[in-house]
Order: sequence, then structure tokens, then C-alpha cells
Amino acid sequence: MSDRISYAYYPGCSQTGSAIDYDMSTREVMRDLGVELNEVPDWTCCGSSPAHAIDGALSAALSARNLEQARTMGAGRLTTPCPSCLANLRTAARKLRAPLFKERVDRLLDEPYQGGVTAKSTLEVLFAEVGPEKVAARVILPLTGLKIVPYYGCLTTRLKEVMQFDSEENPVSMDALLRACGAEVPDFSFKTECCGASLAIPKKDAVVALSGKIMEMARLAGADAVAVACPLCQMNLDLRRGQINRAMGTRNDIPVFYFTQLIGLALGFAPDKLGVGKLCVNPKRVLDRIVRS
Amino acid sequence: MRIGVFVCHCGSNIAARVNCAEVAKAALNFPDVVFATDEVYMCSEPGQESIRKAIVEHRLDGVVVASCSPRMHEVTFRRTVERAGLNRYMVEMANIREHVSWIGHDKDSNTRKAIDLVRIAAAKLRRDKPLTFKTFEVVKKVLVVGGGVAGIQAALDCADAGLDVVLVERKSTIGGRMAQLDKTFPTVDCSTCVLGPKMVDAAQHTRISLMAYSEIEDVSGYVGNFTARIKRKASYVDFSKCTGCGLCTEKCPSKKTFDDFNEGVGTTTAINIPFPQAIPKKAVINPATCLKLTKGKCGACAKVCPTGAINFDMREEIVEERVGAVIAATGYDLFDHSKYEEYGGGKLPDVITSIQYERMLSASGPTGGHVKRPSDGKEPKTVVFVSCVGSRDPAKGRPYCSNFCCMYIAKQSILTKDHIPDSQSYVFYIDIRAPQKGYEEFTRRAQEEYGTRYIRGRVSKIYPEGGKLIVRGADTLLGTQVEVQADLVVLAVGVEPTPGAGKLAEKLRISTDQNGFFMESHPKLRPVETNTAGVFLAGACQGPKDIPASVAQGSAAAGKAISLLARERLEADPQVSHVNPKRCVGCMKCVRVCPFKAIKETTGRDGLPKAEVIEAMCQGCGICSVVCPQGAVQLEHFKDDQILAEVEALCRTWVAKSCE
Repeated sequence: MSDRISYAYYPGCSQTGSAIDYDMSTREVMRDLGVELNEVPDWTCCGSSPAHAIDGALSAALSARNLEQARTMGAGRLTTPCPSCLANLRTAARKLRAPLFKERVDRLLDEPYQGGVTAKSTLEVLFAEVGPEKVAARVILPLTGLKIVPYYGCLTTRLKEVMQFDSEENPVSMDALLRACGAEVPDFSFKTECCGASLAIPKKDAVVALSGKIMEMARLAGADAVAVACPLCQMNLDLRRGQINRAMGTRNDIPVFYFTQLIGLALGFAPDKLGVGKLCVNPKRVLDRIVRS
Repeated sequence: MRIGVFVCHCGSNIAARVNCAEVAKAALNFPDVVFATDEVYMCSEPGQESIRKAIVEHRLDGVVVASCSPRMHEVTFRRTVERAGLNRYMVEMANIREHVSWIGHDKDSNTRKAIDLVRIAAAKLRRDKPLTFKTFEVVKKVLVVGGGVAGIQAALDCADAGLDVVLVERKSTIGGRMAQLDKTFPTVDCSTCVLGPKMVDAAQHTRISLMAYSEIEDVSGYVGNFTARIKRKASYVDFSKCTGCGLCTEKCPSKKTFDDFNEGVGTTTAINIPFPQAIPKKAVINPATCLKLTKGKCGACAKVCPTGAINFDMREEIVEERVGAVIAATGYDLFDHSKYEEYGGGKLPDVITSIQYERMLSASGPTGGHVKRPSDGKEPKTVVFVSCVGSRDPAKGRPYCSNFCCMYIAKQSILTKDHIPDSQSYVFYIDIRAPQKGYEEFTRRAQEEYGTRYIRGRVSKIYPEGGKLIVRGADTLLGTQVEVQADLVVLAVGVEPTPGAGKLAEKLRISTDQNGFFMESHPKLRPVETNTAGVFLAGACQGPKDIPASVAQGSAAAGKAISLLARERLEADPQVSHVNPKRCVGCMKCVRVCPFKAIKETTGRDGLPKAEVIEAMCQGCGICSVVCPQGAVQLEHFKDDQILAEVEALCRTWVAKSCE
């Protein structure tokens, strides 16, 4: 079983709530493609943006604990679908190389941080380790004729020195996976634009404007659907569509899928197995076209 | 032997961190040292005079100067002792500035280290022998590599001074980058009109032999006596028969050839004369797109050529030239902006480079001087210039300023207004760098008379929307984000070394800096010299430079070559290797390791193989003496006993210290 790939799996908070469909589709797709995911026992929140905005050591301690939990289960590698969690995990591991910083973090932990666990995004595992060829070989219901715009979000490939994956300005990994599923992937210049992220809470206008622009550009690119890799991006583009359309005076109804949902559909999974029913903007038109072909 | 030690304060450079008087006092205890003193500036006239006087008064045989790096002043002090009647090699330097005072903070430790360095120098000096140099004849001919404006200027100056010149150009015509330009700043005069006559002068000068479409294969030899092997590339056109009539280019059916001279704005034919004023005005066939050379059929050019100049069987040939000096003037290349994916990664047709825009502005260019968007051929009304694309951006590996982009952006914005009066230009800039004569006024003119809007900030993104390009950037003066709807975006791409610069540096045995530009011998005092004697630099191959600076450097490099070759004979450095044939066992390890091919195999008087150093070729690197298992090869002035004396002087103090 040389092609057996095994990872510690860190879902992250969003994937237990608002983005449970990302979690469902990730698990199904990974299992189908031969990637074994073992959930990290007793994992905690990564601290998201608030922790590192208030206290860098606290944020690193949360990530350090999760990495240590993965290590104690015997895993050298960990994967998470959430770019924000990944950024925190990778940033912590990087900063913990400095002895003085490690000392501060260790004071917050029960056991000192030992390290040695590498964190990767689910996207990277699918692209770099499974590979588009293997995905293509297992496709049952190709997404032929569907124009899908890949939207990576601002964090997936940034910061470059932290993420060390794909191009920071024009990433292509999701493009390749979607093409492997038979979809048409047009050029899209807003791949890594910011959706407004957590500004949704203090400054809704900014998010509506930024996310609205992304959806408008997707429409101009002729998209039938948008594929995303981040739970927060998905929420802003999908859940807030009504707010966007009202503010911008548009009637944009392009559904926003997690890229794992689209891969899952192509691999032949039933939509409800992938949590497609959780999407706010109705994806029916897209689903119909997949079944038809 | 009677040794004098002179310790320099270098103002406070050394004295602030080293107790110079104590160093001098300690030196008096070293073997053979009979005199020691310290002085504020040893290199000053009174400082040198004190050395001269001490040599006479104390009947010194040799001198240790403890001061700066020998790269700085070894030559100075060699001259000083020579004036006092000593052999110039009877001076040793202890570097107590760069190696001590500038790097160490503790004065006591520094003083101890300085004393150790003086001890080492004195120990070596005791084994130094006077060396005498031989002289050799020089070849009064200069090789100029690169036929841009810097190379042309250098060639003309050398030729006017009576030296023969070989001017080698990689392309089929001389003129370089300047020939591609429409107008020049800050006078907005026609580039070809000022350059053209110089190109003609270079071609017609009786002392200049022009070798276009040729490259340097290798260069051997040494100052005054270089041998260059020059590759004449296969042009498939006999230059001696070609009249430059251009009939062939009209008939050539392969019309989709990449137009190198026009930077890909438009296409050209497989047989091509780059531009009307080309010199030499000869056609050259591009073998990659020529139907006859790729598919074996066509030959239209050969049929129409009135002089029968086309020769499809032409092969490259190697020409050998003996020269006394080399001037490298290989110019620059431009940054590949596809590395900026946020600017479209080279995929947006209406995002072009500044040199492409220059060709578009040129009346003799592919659009006949009409500014047209590549995507739809329409005249742009809003043009955005983005400065520093591949300059001042460490994230892209280009930390340096490209020197002249600010100025040509101002010029191109002025020309845009001239060509399209109802147009509006925007310039995104970091700083406006306009420090030369008339430059500041020029950039002000662009803003005040021509209404170019300058926005201080970088562009973060360029993307297409509704037939326009949206240029999004920061206005750091207003502290806000701005978006400009542009018809055409011109990227001021940065300057980088030519692709062949690294290889040529190896061939000329000169070094390159961290950015790949040729390294000058001293950034301030020897700006056109290299660390290889007889090789000089001119123009942008040494670093980004505009036309006035390139011309000035061309003349400067010529001046250096002229003064070098004004002498009939040059002195050979006596610090070279010698083989003691009695000890040589003929293993030829030295022959194999010598990087300068300066050691050859001969037969000794006993009929056995021996190594022999060709003195004129030896650069004194000393690798041979290290590998010789017999100690038969010795480098003058750095013989084994001299090096070992240094080691012993140092180790003895360590042993003494560890026994305390």
C-alpha cells in the first residue's frame, strides 16, 4: 500500500459549524482518493484572528498545543481545510524556532513544545500529493461544460514565506484540480483578492463592497459557479449575497461551492453527502447540469 | 637586518580602538626591529617623509607599515621605500584597520591583536628578498566588446588617439539600446539623429575594425598581450557582397519572425535588416524561421539578391585578434515583467514595457509613430506608467534602483501628449529621481506643462474590465487607494545585466557584483578599472546608467586604455611562481591546477619531464605551490619559508599565552 497517504486532521472551529459542509466534503473526497485523515484528539480553537491580534504568544500556544496533540498521536504531518487555521499553525511553528519566543510560549503550555509536525492545507495535499491526474482518473461525473471560477482568498498562498505553496499572486493549484474534474476554468484576476474577512462584523459595508466586486468579476468571467477554499470567504460570498445584491443593486445568483464539494460531485458523491444543501445561494442549476451530462 | 615599524592612527579610525603607541613600543622587542614609531596619517606627505627619513637615519633594510588594507595603500608605501633607496618589495603591511579597529570594540584585545599582526609582518619581512621586474612589449590595439553608445565612444576615443580598435558587436548592427529609442531626455532630441553620426564615424574610422554579428569566444593572455578568439556567427549573408538594398526582406515569405529590434511590437521577416540606419547595413537570416534553413525549400532571397550575397552553407568562424587592452561595454537587459503576476504576468496584451512603447513612439518603428493598443489597434486616451517594475523590489530579487526610468517615464508622458493631445497620462512612482543637470526641470515640465498626473504609490494590481485596464494602487500622499481606468499601461521595467554577462566575466577573469553587473576595481576611485589589469568597463554593464553617463564612462575607459598603451613596455610583476627543476618530480599536478594555463611541461637537462612556469602568464595565485608535493614550485614573495615564518610568529605567542 505504497500510495496510502495518512495525515492528522485538524478541522478547525468553522468546520464544526458554519462550514460543516466543507468538513463533510473534505472527509469524503479525501477518503475516496486514498488519504487517511485521523482527527487530532481533543483539539482546540487556533485562536483565529483575535488571539494573534492581542497576544502573539497566546496565539502560538494554541497552535503549538494542537501540533503537539498531533505529534503525540504519532503523526508527522497535519492537514486542515481552513487557510486561517493553517496560517496560525504554520506561523506558530516558524516563530517557535526562536528560543526566546519558545520560552514565552512554553510557559503557557503544560508540556514544552517539541515540534516536528508539518501543517499543510487540504488543497496542497490534494494538489501536490494526490495530484490532478489521480483525481481525473477517479472522476465519474465530469463537470464538463461548467465554467468554474477558482477563488483562493487572500490567505491560502500568503504570506509567501509562511505558506510556501503555489504562487502568491496567481495560484493555479485549484485551477488544475477543477480542470481535472472536467470543468472549464477561465482566467480570473481576482483569485487572491480579499473578501473583507472578519470585517463583516465591525464594518459590513467594506465586506459587501469587496465581496460584491469579487462576485461581479466572477460574473464578468462567465462563471457558472465559484469554487472557494476558505470558510470565511464562502460565508461572505454566499451567506451575504442578499446584502451584496441589495447594496450593489445586482441580482447575482452564482452559487459558491467549496472546491472539495465540486471535486466530490465529480467523484460521484450524492450532494447531501457533501453538505451541498447547506449553501445559501441555490446551486440547483449547477447540480442539474452535472447530472445531465 | 634592520627593520622599522610604523604604526598609523588613521585619524581616529585606528587610534580610537587600538593603542598605537603601545603597538609601536611592543614592536621594538621583535627580532631585528631597530626602530618603531606611530603617526596620525602614515599615508600623508609628512607620514611618508617620516618613513623615508627613518630609512636613511636608521639605515633600515625593510619597513613594516601597520595601517589599512594593502589593497588601499600597499602601492603607496612601496613607492615611499623606493624613494628612500630600498627595493619596493621590502615593505610589509599589517592591516590593523579593516582587520582590527573597524571590527573589534575592546581596545585592549584590539591592541593585542594589532601587536600580533605586526609581529607576523616583521617575521615575514626578515625573509623578504629584493625582487626585480622584467619588462615586456605591449600590443597597441584595443578590443571593445559591445557596440552600444558606450562602446562606440570608447572605440572612437581610442582610435582618435592612434590605437587600433576591434569593435565586436553581438547583434547585426551597432547602436545598442540607444538606437531603439525615439527621443532622449531632457532635451527631447531625436536619439538616432545624435547617435547615427557616431555610428557612421565608428564604421568609417580607418583604425576601427568593426565585427558585427560576432561574439567573444575566449580571451587568454595578460595585460598588454591578450589574445581574443572572436566567433563570427553564421549570418548566411556575405557581408562583403551585401549592399543593404533590402530587396530580400521584401520577398521573404516568412513574415512572422519575432522582431528583436522592435521588442516584439509587430513582426519581421526571417531575413532582416533591423532598421534603416543600421551599421553595418547588412541583412542577416534568422535560422529559426527561415524556410530554406528549416524546411529546405524557398530561397527567395537568394533569387532576388542582385549581388549574390546569400550563402545558406555559411558556418560560423573563429577569428583571432591580439590586443593590449579590453574594454567591456556590453550594456544591459530588461527585467521580465511576467514575474509580476499581479500585473497580469505578461498575459494582458495592453500592458507593455517601456521599450516597447518607445518603439511605438518612434516614427521609424513598426506602427510608424502611431500609438496603438496591441489588443485592438485603437489609440489610447488614458495611459498609465508604472515605475520600479523590477527595481527597488527586494521581494523580486531586484533591490537596486535602475537609475534612468524616472526620466524616460517623464519623457514618454510628454511624448504621449504630443502624439495624442486629448490624452491623459498617470505615473505611479515611489520617488522621482532626477538628480542630473536639467533633469528636475524636465520632470516638472511633464507635470506642469503637459499635465501628467503623478501619484506617489505602488500599483498593487492591474486587471481587465470592460475593455479597459483597471490599475489599482495606493496614493500614499492622500493615504487612500486609487483606481485608474487605463487604455494602455506602460511598465517601466528595471535594468538587469545581459544574459551573457556572467560568462563574459569568466572569460575576462573579472568579477561581478551581487546583482550580476561587472565589478569595478574601486567604487569611487577606480570606477572604470577592473581587478584584472588591462580590462576596463564602460556603460551599463557596470550598473544602470543613462546615455550621458555611459558616454562619459566610454571616454573614461578609453582614457585608461590609452594611458596604459602609451607606454612601449610594461613592467612584469615579479611575484610569480618558479619551479626548481632539481626538486621537480614531473608529476604535473601544478599544470593541471593552474587556472591561467601558465605552467607547461618541458624536458629537463636530465631528459626527464619537468614543469615550467610561463612568467608572463602567471598571475601569482599560488595554487601550484600548494599542490606541489615536493615544494619545488615556489611563489616569489610568498615562499614556504616566508609563510611558515608568519605562522611561527603567530603560534609562538599563542603557545606562550597558553603556558601562562
